[in-house]
Amino acid sequence: MTKELLKGNVAIAEAALRAGLEAYFGYPITPQTELLEHLSKRMVELGRVFLQAESEVAAINMVYGAACSGVRTMTSSSSPGFSLMQEGLSYIAGSDLPCVVVDVMRGGPGLGNIMPSQGDYFQVTRSAGHGDFRPIVLAPASVQEAIDFTVLAFDLADKYRHLVVIAADGLIGQMMEPAELPEMRPSSRSAPDYALTGAKGRPPRAITSLHMAAEEEEAFNIKIQQRLGVIRSLEQRWFEYKVDDALLLVIGYGTAGRIAYTAVESARSKGLKVGLLRPQTLYPFPEDRISELADQIEGVLVVEMNAGQMVEDVRLAVGGQAPISFYGRMGGVVPMPDEVLSNIEAAYERISARYLVE
Amino acid sequence: MDSKDSLVCGIEGMELVYGRPQSLTEMHTHYCPGCTHGIAHRLVAEALDELGLREQTILVAPVGCSVFIYEYINADSCEAPHGRAPAMATGIKRTQPNKTVITYQGDGDLVSIGASEIFHAAARGEHITVFFVNNAIYGMTGGQMAPTSLPGQHTSSSLDGRSTERTGFPIRMSEVLAQLDGSAYIVRRSLHDVTNIRKAKKSILTALKVQQAGLGFSMVELLSTCPTNWGISPEQALTWVKDNMLPFYPVGDYKVTEAVKGL
Repeated sequence: MTKELLKGNVAIAEAALRAGLEAYFGYPITPQTELLEHLSKRMVELGRVFLQAESEVAAINMVYGAACSGVRTMTSSSSPGFSLMQEGLSYIAGSDLPCVVVDVMRGGPGLGNIMPSQGDYFQVTRSAGHGDFRPIVLAPASVQEAIDFTVLAFDLADKYRHLVVIAADGLIGQMMEPAELPEMRPSSRSAPDYALTGAKGRPPRAITSLHMAAEEEEAFNIKIQQRLGVIRSLEQRWFEYKVDDALLLVIGYGTAGRIAYTAVESARSKGLKVGLLRPQTLYPFPEDRISELADQIEGVLVVEMNAGQMVEDVRLAVGGQAPISFYGRMGGVVPMPDEVLSNIEAAYERISARYLVE
Repeated sequence: MDSKDSLVCGIEGMELVYGRPQSLTEMHTHYCPGCTHGIAHRLVAEALDELGLREQTILVAPVGCSVFIYEYINADSCEAPHGRAPAMATGIKRTQPNKTVITYQGDGDLVSIGASEIFHAAARGEHITVFFVNNAIYGMTGGQMAPTSLPGQHTSSSLDGRSTERTGFPIRMSEVLAQLDGSAYIVRRSLHDVTNIRKAKKSILTALKVQQAGLGFSMVELLSTCPTNWGISPEQALTWVKDNMLPFYPVGDYKVTEAVKGL
């Protein structure tokens, strides 16, 4: 395969169907609409299910139905639409069903705007609607990662029978860059043993998120938490750059992580001992590696396109071992590398000042 | 499959002429005395038996009193968020077009919170069958006003009787959905006496045949009772349907396409 010039949204769509997407339901919303448009053409060409729903509420419940059929299914949206899906996500979580949801995040709160944002971090990582649940959340920082994580998302969803969210910001969805698509997978997947296919020659199956007895509901919750424990121990993913001798660790994900990379490169060229850690999974958060690095570093700078959401996870992982500073832009403003660099320099200066005192 | 085959009469020389349909489980229902959900469940189960559909049926349960229907109907089933059963059924039917996909929804579920989902499923002509149980009240939450509650009807959230000035007017959903080009078969029946129950059964069979033949969206509305929350006896409740609901919600065929007539 060779690289092609691909738009992020189109790349995710094409990667999804090559990973075996059998049923897509969605609703137009900027900045993810090209994803829906691409699938409207390709899924029909391939004789698979594409349906433009009447709302995001309906779309996620169609996904819920298709997941009951046992097929690989997906929807995509952007922040306000993702908010509307919370009800369906909670039911899917409460039914142990796998599916993939793409959130191409935009500025908020409210209608906000259509500019790139990471303001949904809490919403995507903390729960799936009401109740105790955490989806697996993948955060691509390039079109290539968007492709790779889309394929990974379906595999993780099936492996754990778990909800997987791809949290891309509007920049990842809208930008074009060269990337390589995977080969088309053969769609020979047989219906899983929980699928509702008609009770022919077997007892009926029921898929429900309803457990009337508190103890029964608690037992179900314990099962979820045990699964999340396995996910936390096996699925933490991150990218790191020049952390070995770093005194300052910069942490950012998605577009903010990519901009931070450029800023870290500039800082290194100025002789500053700065490294980068870019979480690729927002849940499970790469807390083990950050905790390990916290022993060695003298300070942390967190960069996000929001008011400071992931920084809370960083604080938990660092556990007070190093001072943490934050730089964020909100409302769809994308920080420039030199803004991040000046924050790196300021944080580095504080570290050096401490050294001098000591 | 004949329901008689599944049961042994046990008395020599006696023929079993009436038994539990195979599509009903042995579970005792949780419904109040005099509630017609039990009749509606039985009619659906008999129809699935008679058409041999049980083993290819996927039932989508609602939120409301009939939330546990998946424990009573002996078929594959799932339980949708409140009002979303038609969307969930769409996801199932689109991915398994050869299966029989049915939803069973009350009036709060279908007419209020799920108005959008039922409307668009009908407009798309989804090949699903909807059983719509209308008893003009929210039963499970304890008798609040429904979008189908009659003008002047006393409920726990309209204590002085439903005021159309304050709360608007009841919605006749069969008439509404019949206007959509995607609907193929929309009828209203009642469960308040034997004659009407028999008519309801026939329509349930027709609605399922519409789906089997791929003719479009089908729905049977069933006027039903809620003696507990209406605050009257089971017998009075049947009379209440006849005297109060039938004039406002006339039974009848609201949409029967030419293709359906030819079944």
